Amino acid sequence: MLDWLAFERRVAIRFLREGRMQTVLIIVGVAAGVAVVAYISALITGLQRNTLEKTLGAQAHVTLSARDDVVLPARVPDADSTALVHTQPRVQRPRSIANWQALVPVLEAMPAVAAVSPMVSGAGLAQRGEASKSIALMGVDLERYDRIVHLRTKVVQGEARLGPGEGIIGRELADDLGVRVGDRIAIVTGTIGDSLRVTALVDLGVRELNRRTVIVPLRAAQSLVGLPGGASGLDLALFDVWAAQRLAADLARQFPYKVEIWQEANSQLVSALNAQSVSTALIRGVVMVVVALGIASVLVVSVVQKQREIGILRAIGATQGQMRRVFLLQGAIVGALGSALGVLLAVGLIKAFTTFVRGSDGLPLFAITLAPGLALSIAGIATLCGVLAAVAPARRAAALDPAQAIRL
Amino acid sequence: MTATRPPLIELAGVGKRYNVGLPNETEVLHGVSFAVERGEFVALIGPSGSGKSTLLNIVGLLERLTAGSYRIEGAEAGRLDDAGLTLRRRAVFGFVFQFHHLLPAFSALENVTLPALMREARVSAAQHERARAMLTAVGLGQDMHKRPGELSGGMQQRVAIARALVLEPPLVLADEPTGNLDRASSDEVFSLMRQMHADLNTSFLIVTHDPRLAARCDRVIELVDGRIESDRRGGGTA
Ligand SMILES: Nc1ncnc2c1ncn2[C@@H]1O[C@H](COP(=O)(O)OP(=O)(O)OP(=O)(O)O)[C@@H](O)[C@H]1O
Ligand SMILES: [Mg+2]
Repeated sequence: MLDWLAFERRVAIRFLREGRMQTVLIIVGVAAGVAVVAYISALITGLQRNTLEKTLGAQAHVTLSARDDVVLPARVPDADSTALVHTQPRVQRPRSIANWQALVPVLEAMPAVAAVSPMVSGAGLAQRGEASKSIALMGVDLERYDRIVHLRTKVVQGEARLGPGEGIIGRELADDLGVRVGDRIAIVTGTIGDSLRVTALVDLGVRELNRRTVIVPLRAAQSLVGLPGGASGLDLALFDVWAAQRLAADLARQFPYKVEIWQEANSQLVSALNAQSVSTALIRGVVMVVVALGIASVLVVSVVQKQREIGILRAIGATQGQMRRVFLLQGAIVGALGSALGVLLAVGLIKAFTTFVRGSDGLPLFAITLAPGLALSIAGIATLCGVLAAVAPARRAAALDPAQAIRL
Repeated sequence: MTATRPPLIELAGVGKRYNVGLPNETEVLHGVSFAVERGEFVALIGPSGSGKSTLLNIVGLLERLTAGSYRIEGAEAGRLDDAGLTLRRRAVFGFVFQFHHLLPAFSALENVTLPALMREARVSAAQHERARAMLTAVGLGQDMHKRPGELSGGMQQRVAIARALVLEPPLVLADEPTGNLDRASSDEVFSLMRQMHADLNTSFLIVTHDPRLAARCDRVIELVDGRIESDRRGGGTA
């Protein structure tokens, strides 16, 4: 192992050292490129993780609900004829997921699933005195629901509790109705009414949600909505939000329910993230190409400068393969040294970012770190770029006519 | 029964054309034939442009012939591919060039150990020892860690001789090894080659312009316009 490419290593290193200024400049160039790529990658990863955490920490990643009612055509059309039928879609009535109690442990046992929470949802009115507001009613089991949306962290007043006759409402709704923690409000849905004591006000991060949300115990919602013992949906949180699509496909195949994933409810976010990822990939690609071109141009010049030496080496017995490897190795060395330096530089940049760029509250905007795996893969790719950049110069070196080189 | 060993090298009707197929095509060697046996000390002389360097490069497998045949130890070498040429070159030849082609980034000692390093990917203790002994023998015992740039022309040429001989090749090819040296250093370097020839029984084929030095060789081949004009033996003195 000690002998591995010993001749090539020796000559490559000497050639690089001989080209002092040239070598230093190109290594600094590679380092700058690698630093940019590593820094941007870390920044975008941090930014996206932050955005996703903020958004997806407040909503289910996958939801299961009963299928919509559809009107079936009265007559099954013949196979070879087309029936032009016009049917009026039905009014959707609340429906329960059949046998949901049995389904919860099955879902919980799935390796991708972090938490499962049953939910009864419906529309209604919240009233207090003269004021009446239309609301989105959600019946949940607080412990389970908290694991999906981290409700407790969003409490701005009071203490999250959902005993019988208790409820949690959005901050803006409380303002609209003029209620404080401990006050009672009436809830009306269709024909049924109930009253509850507000235990906490929450800020869900979106004003419109805060204006409409009323969270009550599962049982209370079941009777208000008219789904005794039922659940209109199951909310799922996943360990990896990007596993939603695959899981949803599995679930749709196994169960006769409507399966929705977070991407459908956040299509703008998803396309923004995608656009970001594509742009960073583009920037990374361009920087790597520039780095490779830099290495290649330095090595091309070096082959010309070293013609005589290459000729001597060939005369005293170096093979074409050895000459090729001498230059490939120079590309690898420049790439690797530049990468190491570039990663250090990126770490410094990130440190500067987290130290100096702060939000209005004086805290860092979001955590950005250069994951060792990411740093290693960038360094690996840059080194590979170095080797690839050296391919053409290495070929030239190997193809050099030793007799011509020696006559110089 | 003693089978007659084939000569070390044997050229028969060797021709060399440059720029074949181009308007400036020229033939610089026309049917050159000669052989060199083991242990011979041969001078190759001739006017400038007569093709001496070309011939030496063909012998050293740095260049291909375009006509005739070239055998090394009886085996045809004219049709080998680059890898084959390199292997033969490693096994048979040591080179000394006019402009003492050392590698400027390597010390004298490193220059002398390079041939071993490129062949075996390592330099054994014995090879290191041998390289030191070789440098000491050529009078560079004190300067073996200096770079070529820190050595005089004569010293550099002696390093080149040490490098050519360190692996004890059967034949050393030298292209005007003293052409760049003053008379004193030139005599010194030449004497060194004769010494090495005596010590190791290495064959030498030396291109020279210096009639004085040619007279000190055992055999003198004269090339004129790409043809052998004369090939005389005898008269060499050490
Ligand atoms: N690569 C080449 N292409 C075309 N012509 C060449 C090439 N190399 C050498 N020649 C020509 O071949 C002829 C012989 O050259 P060569 O260098 O072998 O002569 P020489 O005897 O070594 O001369 P000198 O004593 O000046 O070194 C010269 O006319 C030279 O111009
Ligand atoms: Mg010449």
